[in-house]
Amino acid sequence: MHAPPAFAPADRLAAVVQQVGSVILGKERAIRLALTCLLARGHLLIEDLPGLGKTTLAHALGRTLGLEVRRIQFTSDLLPADILGAAVYDREQAAFVFHPGPVFAQLVLADEINRASPKTQSALLEAMEEGQVTSDGHSRPLPVPFFVIATQNPMTQLGTFPLPESQLDRFLMRLTLGYPDARAERALLAGEDRRRLLERLSPLLGPGELTALQARCEQVHLAPPLLDYAQALLAQSRFDPAFETGLSPRAGQALLRAARAWALLEGRDHALPEDVQAVLPALAGHRLRPASAQVGARPEELVRRLLSAVPVPV
Amino acid sequence: MAERAVPAAQVYGLVGALAFAAAAHGAVLPPWLLAGVVAAFAWRLAVAGGHLRLPGRLVLGALTLAFGIAIALVYGTLLGRDAGVALLAGMSALKLLEWRTRRDALVLVFLGYLLVMARLLYDQGPLTALWLLLACVLLLAAHLACAFETASPPPRVLLGRAVRLLVRGVPLALLLFLLFPRIQGPLWGFQDESRARTGLSDEMTPGSIAELARSGEVAFRVRFDGAPPPPAARYWRGPVLDGYDGRSWRTVGWAEGLRRDAVLGEAPVRYVVTLEPHGRRWLFALDLPAAAPADATLGSRFVLSRRIAVNEVLRYEQQSWLAYRTAAPEAGMLRLQRQLPPGGNPRARALAAEWRALPDPAARVRAALQLFAGEPFRYTLSPPPLTGEPVDAFLFDTRAGFCEHYAGAFVYLMRAADVPARVVTGYLGGEAAPGGEYFIVRQSDAHAWAEVWLPERGWTRVDPTAAIAPERVENGAYGALDEPGELPLLARRDGGWVRATLLELDALANAWNDWVLAYGPERQRELLARLGWPDIDWRGLMLLLVALGGGGAAAAATWAAWRGWRRRDPRVALWNAACARLAEVGLRRGAQEGPLAFAARVAGARPELADEFSAIARLYAALRYGAGADAAALAELRRRTRAFHPRRTP
Repeated sequence: MHAPPAFAPADRLAAVVQQVGSVILGKERAIRLALTCLLARGHLLIEDLPGLGKTTLAHALGRTLGLEVRRIQFTSDLLPADILGAAVYDREQAAFVFHPGPVFAQLVLADEINRASPKTQSALLEAMEEGQVTSDGHSRPLPVPFFVIATQNPMTQLGTFPLPESQLDRFLMRLTLGYPDARAERALLAGEDRRRLLERLSPLLGPGELTALQARCEQVHLAPPLLDYAQALLAQSRFDPAFETGLSPRAGQALLRAARAWALLEGRDHALPEDVQAVLPALAGHRLRPASAQVGARPEELVRRLLSAVPVPV
Repeated sequence: MAERAVPAAQVYGLVGALAFAAAAHGAVLPPWLLAGVVAAFAWRLAVAGGHLRLPGRLVLGALTLAFGIAIALVYGTLLGRDAGVALLAGMSALKLLEWRTRRDALVLVFLGYLLVMARLLYDQGPLTALWLLLACVLLLAAHLACAFETASPPPRVLLGRAVRLLVRGVPLALLLFLLFPRIQGPLWGFQDESRARTGLSDEMTPGSIAELARSGEVAFRVRFDGAPPPPAARYWRGPVLDGYDGRSWRTVGWAEGLRRDAVLGEAPVRYVVTLEPHGRRWLFALDLPAAAPADATLGSRFVLSRRIAVNEVLRYEQQSWLAYRTAAPEAGMLRLQRQLPPGGNPRARALAAEWRALPDPAARVRAALQLFAGEPFRYTLSPPPLTGEPVDAFLFDTRAGFCEHYAGAFVYLMRAADVPARVVTGYLGGEAAPGGEYFIVRQSDAHAWAEVWLPERGWTRVDPTAAIAPERVENGAYGALDEPGELPLLARRDGGWVRATLLELDALANAWNDWVLAYGPERQRELLARLGWPDIDWRGLMLLLVALGGGGAAAAATWAAWRGWRRRDPRVALWNAACARLAEVGLRRGAQEGPLAFAARVAGARPELADEFSAIARLYAALRYGAGADAAALAELRRRTRAFHPRRTP
């Protein structure tokens, strides 16, 4: 039988998904999306109630990929310097020496980002955008790869500063984990403590391999009909009055990056409309806002509306 | 009942298009109706903006009833053109207020097209046509917008599509225009009674032609074959007036066309006249028409006339003799043309009695002309009123008048001197259009002159106005009048750039007349004869139309299909074929389903097809979305697709 040439990276990535899935039970799709986000050099926002495994997912990913993980717990009194680091006077050298903050890590877990003040939030988001930290007039590059997983509690909770739309756009994807299904929850309750499981995880990839995979993503082929499809989706989001604002060109680029990473994960060297459909909910959910007439429409519904309006090219 | 609001963009588009179409009727609709229509438009827009609600059925019913009664009261009827158009405009506006579904939107679009068509009952000029064409584009764009469930593309896109659709309709429209059986008369068979046409009448009183000369409207346009005749020969003959009742001259009933006076002439001038509608039966021709065009007759007074009034743009080819000699008319006619009402105008009669002593009638004519040239007569648009005996008052007291005064007084003197004479009305001169391709004759060129019967020469044209104001003949009224400022701008020579621009625009109107409006039964026959169907009747035409239209449509469809087949992508064709076979067994690919997603669904529904179809789907996906063309994979896809024949039941 004729089949597309097998892609070695797919097997490695499948193993990663499987290992993370052994800790986060019944959430394979969310794990794949998180990995896709990482491969597409994007940052991830996980929005959910406490206790649904946000932090565990970040740790499991970090360990499996062999990345150095730092966790920053955001609180209302957290200051930008607590994240980025600060210059401290060193008596022996008789000079100010920069002490890097926790953001200088390959995988930063920004827990409950919406508890911090907007000033602190934007310090992190600027570092994400620039890939470097500027302090005392010196720019210090962040490590490569650099990946932020931020978690956020739903806005209805007290004492939070919800991220404004312009900041939401910095995250390639937004995921919700949701409650596990009955079987996964039973396995979770009956099984070992997650923290001990995490310690036993062995790295399957290293930072170098991850960078190579990211480069590989960019070679995934985008055929003209696929670009047609992506463009049709963007256009529909712009002139459908159900949406307050359409998807920006930057969102379009992000969509294609994510579709490529998803295709790589699926073991293909070309992206299909299915890949675009798979990543679109996570990608567009936080970028589309309903027009006033439809206040309350849930993000998933908006994305479904968008997908149902645009036919797949034949 | 849960009702989905009509998207605001569709409302704005359709209301705009309807307003544009209705605006074409703005001039003929009564103000109260215009105000009501505008209010309904505003209401609908406010509903779309969320500020108001649509009226309920009861309110709408009451409004409709009241509107119908108002129309019946104002117009006295619900039928006929004016009442019909008013009804159409008002009902369209009311229909807007019950627009809730797509069906209503379609009804509104077609009401808009009806409004467009109704405008043609009034006016078919080039600017109107342009306006209506734009209205059609807007309506079509609004129509397209209504085809979308929720969101429609932006207006620019819709307008572009509408224009493209209309352009595609052009060949069919041309075919219908050229071949649809033409009937004599205006396009819709309506008589235009509502608007008084300007033009000559069959009655002339002092001041009537001066009144006409204040209008700059075009009477007709002329294109000469070869060199145009000099201005002094451009007398355009219209109605001949031979009865006088002491005040006005009019045409006396005479058996027109029973016996045509023999005419001797040579080297006729040939030309084509495009006559604007003037609501009367006669046509104009250079003095003296040699023959009548089709559908018209040449009467015994050398006046061309038609059976029905000219209410449409009429184009006819004509020949005239500039040098001519007419044979003797019937004795009865000559007797008629010596008659004057008994009594009155003693001074004029006394003068004419002196001339009777001259043996030669031509000498009497010369004497009369000398009178006009010798005394201080003035050529003016607004002469002082004539009191008492009008001819005496004019000849001996006021001595100021326009051409009808001179022609009338001259004919009176001639008859009193026992010379058969009559008044001829028509136009004199005309202006060459920029470029000189054709001449424009305006109402301001209206003129009246005289004809006398001289035994040795027959009917002879005498223009007494020329004796007073010779410039009138050479240069038109502008140079000859005391008060040229009273002439319309287009008849003046000092109009500047405004006049020059208007003249340039006239070329457009002329071309439109020539090519569109004047295409009547005659020209259709000519065209068909040239195409090889000289004697085709309307049944034949309809058959021809159906054959050509149907044949053309079939050819266009074949061509489109062939082009699609040529351009088709073999990968896509094979995939479509495989999907079609699955559709036959009840597995239809969703429009939003990619190849692999569909294959997964098929595998779930019909596991025994999973292997075959998944392979096809993967091959197709790789070929269509992968990099580079792979001939081997394409052959594989072709082979597998041909072998793929799912059965209805496992």
